[in-house]
Amino acid sequence: MTTIFDCRCGERVGGLFPPLDVPERGVDQLLSERFVRSAPLRMPNLSEPQVARHYTRLSKMNFGVDDGFYPLGSCTMKYNPKLNEEVAALPGFANLHPQSDPSACQGALELLFELTGFLRGIAGMADVSLQPVAGAHGEMTGMFLFKKHFETRGDRRRTRVLLPDTAHGTNPASAAMAGFSVTEIASDPLGMVDLNALDAALDDTVAGIMLTVPNTLGIFETNILRVTEKVHQAGGLCYFDGANLNSFLGKARPGDMGADVFHFNLHKTMSTPHGGGGPGAGPIAVSDVLVDYLPVPRVVRRGEVFSLDWDHPQSVGCVHSFFGNFLVAAKAFAYILQLGDDGLRAVAENAVLNANYLQQRLKKTVPLPYDSLCKHEFVLSGKGIAEEISTLDIAKRMIDYGVHPPTVYFPLTVREALMIEPTETESKATLDRFAQIVETIVDEARQHPELLHDAPHNAPVRRLDQTQAAKHPVLTYPFSDSVSAE
Amino acid sequence: MRYIPNTSEDRREMLAAVGIPSIEALFADIPEQVRSKFEPLGLAPRSEMEVAAALATLAGRNRPNNGICLLGGGIYDHYVPSVVRHLLARSEFFTAYTPYQPEVSQGTLTGMFEFQTYVCELTGMEIANASMYDGATALAEAVLMAERIRGRGMVAVSGALFAPLRRVVDTYSWAAGIELREIPFGEDGTLDAAGIPDGASAVVVQSPNAFGLLEPLDGLKDRIGDALLIVSVHPLSLALVEPPGALGADIVVGEGQSLGLSMGFGGPLLGLFATRNEHLRQMPGRVSGRTVDADGHVGYTMAAQTREQHIRRHRATSNICTNSALCALAATVYLATAGAAGLREVATLNVEKANYLADGIAALDGFERAFAGPIFNEFVVKTREDASEVHERLHRAGFAVEAPDRLRQWGLGNALRFAVTETRTREQLDRLLEVLGGVR
Repeated sequence: MTTIFDCRCGERVGGLFPPLDVPERGVDQLLSERFVRSAPLRMPNLSEPQVARHYTRLSKMNFGVDDGFYPLGSCTMKYNPKLNEEVAALPGFANLHPQSDPSACQGALELLFELTGFLRGIAGMADVSLQPVAGAHGEMTGMFLFKKHFETRGDRRRTRVLLPDTAHGTNPASAAMAGFSVTEIASDPLGMVDLNALDAALDDTVAGIMLTVPNTLGIFETNILRVTEKVHQAGGLCYFDGANLNSFLGKARPGDMGADVFHFNLHKTMSTPHGGGGPGAGPIAVSDVLVDYLPVPRVVRRGEVFSLDWDHPQSVGCVHSFFGNFLVAAKAFAYILQLGDDGLRAVAENAVLNANYLQQRLKKTVPLPYDSLCKHEFVLSGKGIAEEISTLDIAKRMIDYGVHPPTVYFPLTVREALMIEPTETESKATLDRFAQIVETIVDEARQHPELLHDAPHNAPVRRLDQTQAAKHPVLTYPFSDSVSAE
Repeated sequence: MRYIPNTSEDRREMLAAVGIPSIEALFADIPEQVRSKFEPLGLAPRSEMEVAAALATLAGRNRPNNGICLLGGGIYDHYVPSVVRHLLARSEFFTAYTPYQPEVSQGTLTGMFEFQTYVCELTGMEIANASMYDGATALAEAVLMAERIRGRGMVAVSGALFAPLRRVVDTYSWAAGIELREIPFGEDGTLDAAGIPDGASAVVVQSPNAFGLLEPLDGLKDRIGDALLIVSVHPLSLALVEPPGALGADIVVGEGQSLGLSMGFGGPLLGLFATRNEHLRQMPGRVSGRTVDADGHVGYTMAAQTREQHIRRHRATSNICTNSALCALAATVYLATAGAAGLREVATLNVEKANYLADGIAALDGFERAFAGPIFNEFVVKTREDASEVHERLHRAGFAVEAPDRLRQWGLGNALRFAVTETRTREQLDRLLEVLGGVR
């Protein structure tokens, strides 16, 4: 795989920037010798066609939602409307400095204000902050609010956060960022929070619980009201991971389930693209008890004028340089405007129907450890499909059939897990085709296991050696390989 | 709904296959008490055409930069070459998820590897991660990492950090139980090394600092004992300025917006994070590493994942998962397009033009540079006039300049901060001087 540093280096290229139009003083003199860089930059000077070809070639070694079915569980890989990108590129948004005079950014402030209102309504909660820029960032901010809440009340004993054993890895890590320790709660045989285990864990050292609703098995916690009630009665707070909002959008609201904090993943539910790992946006909605602690600044409207309000002395402060990922918020805003209430509801209805249909078809072929009505996703087990065939082999073989593999080996409670989330933007025909592919792969696993062991066969690379990457990390280009100094 | 391909007929067939009487029955597992409380937004669906128009109207209500942008404070009005936007618009890049399946993510992973290399070249460090959310969270994570390594419960922070950086560091440190002690700046506006407290896990410096001044980092590492040296940089300046890595820094962070990202009202941004090999296991965030495939061909995959939340859970080095991958790719394409020569060229334009304006203002009656030291593209001037009045006059004349009250936290009562990038022309700068000089 050649990198940009392997490209044949040209002479100084130039032509991007105009010549200096003020009298030249010389950088060595202006910076003074003390500050001048001594080592040359090893960055090749390339013509634009070289750059365009290199990155176009790289793009073709990627698989995006536009390339095909992408049933990556818990990631909600739905289609990203093209309008989103046009909205974010509008010069009035893209070229706006975050410290612009309020009179010069009324449109942007209005957008933030209106989106805050939409998300408040969707969550059915008291208020919203758009500042967190990723799901995990929203979780962390929520845990900061928990901490502030108990600190303000002078309650220093509550240092533990409860987590179901199916929780996303970000949950425990986010709790730890706020200084909480984590107590794991076992699931019952149906994959839901075990109420007895919950009772046993609750005491006056518990700050709260982090729940994923529906849970990571794609199953709705039918006891959700009892769970949140128990936690509240014990003096704790309830955090809801909103990664799975796609399954109940327009149908139910976390505020009506007892949530104190709920985070949105705008890059999942609200169709903004994942960008190969970001940028996303992770706004949080909160219940009455936590409103005072939300990050600052907040956007407020007085008459027809929008402004930034910093005056919240109990706030946790800032978790981002400015107002969160504004351009991502603009995409989500456009999406919600297009969908309206009917569209939002249709998202959940079709996402859940697609998941149940696919679950029904696939469970004939691959074991389904938790066989029940699912929401937006479900988890199969690759265990025992064939001897010496792992879930990883099955996943890699899917690549050969033009499908992005599902999430694998998560949740940890299912052996050899395959977590499948089709989303509402896939057709029945695509789901049928995927089911056929899985059937074919299961046959192959029994008849020609080597096809799976050696997969993928027609991807840009064959199976990669993860162990070498872990044991002998090479994390930057080894420049001794070539000369590309200035 | 335009984004849903299934027809009513499809839905009927699927319901029958599932053996469920209605769509509503799919939601029977949500308690009735919850569903009955549901209230819609009261929002009618709208066509794409209407929404496009509504958003264009909102965007039109902004006056980007109020004409001519001299705002800075970490975010700058730089030129973004068109090739950056075009390559980023390839949907194979922007509609992909985190590269959990490396065999179909070589584009993303190779780009990450290149990005890490570019960040190390700029900063003079040995390893870099594949991005953080922004420069502020990158700095906050650096403070947490230093505390994990040294564990003294206290970090010393320069008093001349940009306010957004300081605010985020304050929040993260409070949550982690780390005490922050502020290091004063001297009369020349740079760090007063005599004021660095003993016993810190780390010392945090920003260069150029909140006054635009380059901080003398040489010798600093020797003065702070075994505290880690964390430096927050303006990456573009490092095309010309000696990088912190060459001066003993242990962690270098920065805001990467100047490398090919639009300002976007402050987000998305790009956090840069680099450190030394010995600290790899303590570094937050994702990294891409070089390996080989089953045929022995070179390829890339996520490396050192045992630090990360999806493996280590509450003992992870950070909770970060989604980061700023596409912004990192923008920076990579920007640096590839500029090359070493282009990067020096654009950095030089920043230095020369900023100094032209700084000298021009200092030559006006009633104005002087607040501090005399070398700058990159930002500086502070003091005035004998009422700074708010001067600000208002500039605003009316079409110049976007930071409100002077933001400088008061540093005791700079009557002062203004200006940032000048390659996008400012001499004609604009001369006009600004006229507006300033035209008072009396």
